[in-house]
Amino acid sequence: MENQKKQKGMSIHARRSVAYIVLVMISFFCLFWFYVLFINATRSNGELQKGFTLIPSTNLLTNWKNLVSGTLPIWSGMLNSLIVSACSAVLCVYFSTMTAYAIHAYEFKLKKFIYPFILMIMMIPTQVTALGFVKLVSNMGLEDSLIPLIVPSVASPVVFFYIKQYMESSLPLSLIEAARIDGSGEFKTFNAIVLPLMKPAIAVQAIFTFVSSWNNYFTPALILHNDKKKTLPILIAQLRSADWLKFDMGQVYVMIAFSIFPVIIVYLILSKHIVQGVALGSVKG
Amino acid sequence: MKKNAKAVRYNKWGYIFLIPFIVVFVVFQLIPLVTTIYNSFFENYMSGLTQVGPNFVGMENYKKLFTGGDVWIYAKNTMVMWILCFIPQILLSLLLGAWFSDVQLKLKGSRFFKTVIYLPNLIMASAFAMLFFTLFSDGGPINSMLMQIGFIDTPYKFLSNTGSARGLIAFMNCLMWFGNTTILLMAGMMGIDTSLFEAAEVDGATSTQVFFKITLPLLRPILVYVMITSLLGGLQLFDVPQILTNGTGDPMRTTMTLIMFLNKHLYSKNYGMAGALSVILFIISAILSFIVFKVTGNDKRKG
Repeated sequence: MENQKKQKGMSIHARRSVAYIVLVMISFFCLFWFYVLFINATRSNGELQKGFTLIPSTNLLTNWKNLVSGTLPIWSGMLNSLIVSACSAVLCVYFSTMTAYAIHAYEFKLKKFIYPFILMIMMIPTQVTALGFVKLVSNMGLEDSLIPLIVPSVASPVVFFYIKQYMESSLPLSLIEAARIDGSGEFKTFNAIVLPLMKPAIAVQAIFTFVSSWNNYFTPALILHNDKKKTLPILIAQLRSADWLKFDMGQVYVMIAFSIFPVIIVYLILSKHIVQGVALGSVKG
Repeated sequence: MKKNAKAVRYNKWGYIFLIPFIVVFVVFQLIPLVTTIYNSFFENYMSGLTQVGPNFVGMENYKKLFTGGDVWIYAKNTMVMWILCFIPQILLSLLLGAWFSDVQLKLKGSRFFKTVIYLPNLIMASAFAMLFFTLFSDGGPINSMLMQIGFIDTPYKFLSNTGSARGLIAFMNCLMWFGNTTILLMAGMMGIDTSLFEAAEVDGATSTQVFFKITLPLLRPILVYVMITSLLGGLQLFDVPQILTNGTGDPMRTTMTLIMFLNKHLYSKNYGMAGALSVILFIISAILSFIVFKVTGNDKRKG
């Protein structure tokens, strides 16, 4: 018996060591690429041609200056990406909360039909309606406009579902009843009482919407053709097809770093909430 | 009577609050879907500089799509890359999920590790693909590294060999998604009643037995959910292979996915074929979504 216990204790110890070794290796595989990106962004084209090292060089600013003075409209790309992502995030969480509130707080005939319907369409990829979407946008005369990239985020079933789940656990209907007795209008109740209470869920989903909009390539590439209107992912694709590799690799690395590192920095600041948020959003067993 | 009237007065707000969602959904998703289906029955493309159509051709586009043969190649490519990505992803996620949720193991720094493994999920896929393109190019850092340590003598052409090109795409997708899967599975494992584990321990079960006899069977609904949503994601595989191969699907179109094919038709304004392909993809994803809907629905009823 004692022997068995001892053996079990040892095996826990061994398992823990194995776990740490594997986790460190996996972390290395997750971070290595970004480290190489950072190093290479600081090296000049000449240095890059000589081969690889793990030590950063001093040419980050030079690469950056060359990139900005080049042909790619970096600043407008950054600005367009920011506008689209920020507006999408705000519209998406506000109206998704409103939709969730409509389903959560009211009883009406069509509810039995609408709620399952939203859940059913949740997983349909946007790509399959891209053809009709492109035609619609060109009929509306909205090509080269950021509007068709922002407004559709009002109807986001996934965000709706997440907020609805959260609402069920943290918005008692008695609170709304109390507000009504105090004479608060329904719209005012929603803005002044419901929205603040949903803050944690809204924050998580705002981040996710922002990031997925920031990273989106397929739809913007079909709609935006004017250089001044393009978002960052389209500029990356342009970089790829322009065969810049023959010119200056330092600039290429700086451009990639420029699109990746802002998200990484924001993520590291907010990581606690994001990782928790993903776990909360999973199917509840 | 009075109370009832009041309830009705309030409940009309349910409809009012639904208006933005419904309007935007109808305009930007439902109408495009209908137009897409409608277009799939028309011949409508550019032949050189002359516009052909739109002429109603019935199911002709679908026939052309299926007998053309290309779509089967791209469907196979998509599936191969999905499987290459999914198998390591689910195995890794199960292992890590089990470790993170194991109370006996008491891993230190698990928050740090979770943060790190989730990080690649938030990276812009196109920038990540561009990064890998530069890192794995013939004269890129990975090749120079491998040559410096004497592993190879001449640069290995990662992007000119089918196996390595597909492997790279699968590897990148795996890297981007295993953190997400791990966190989902971990949440599922934490939801399992701990008394089951305690009982198993009293009975002298090893941790391997506990994993295969208790954790895995109870995790089945979540595993199905993860697998189907991953398959839906795999069907949409686009950004990474598109940027990595500059839209060509090289070598020899072995990394061309279904959505890249769709994108190509949309760019060349071959709306008939793009429509037919979209409708097929819509049907497949509708079936998969329905399975997810059923699985999660059952799951909720149990809880």
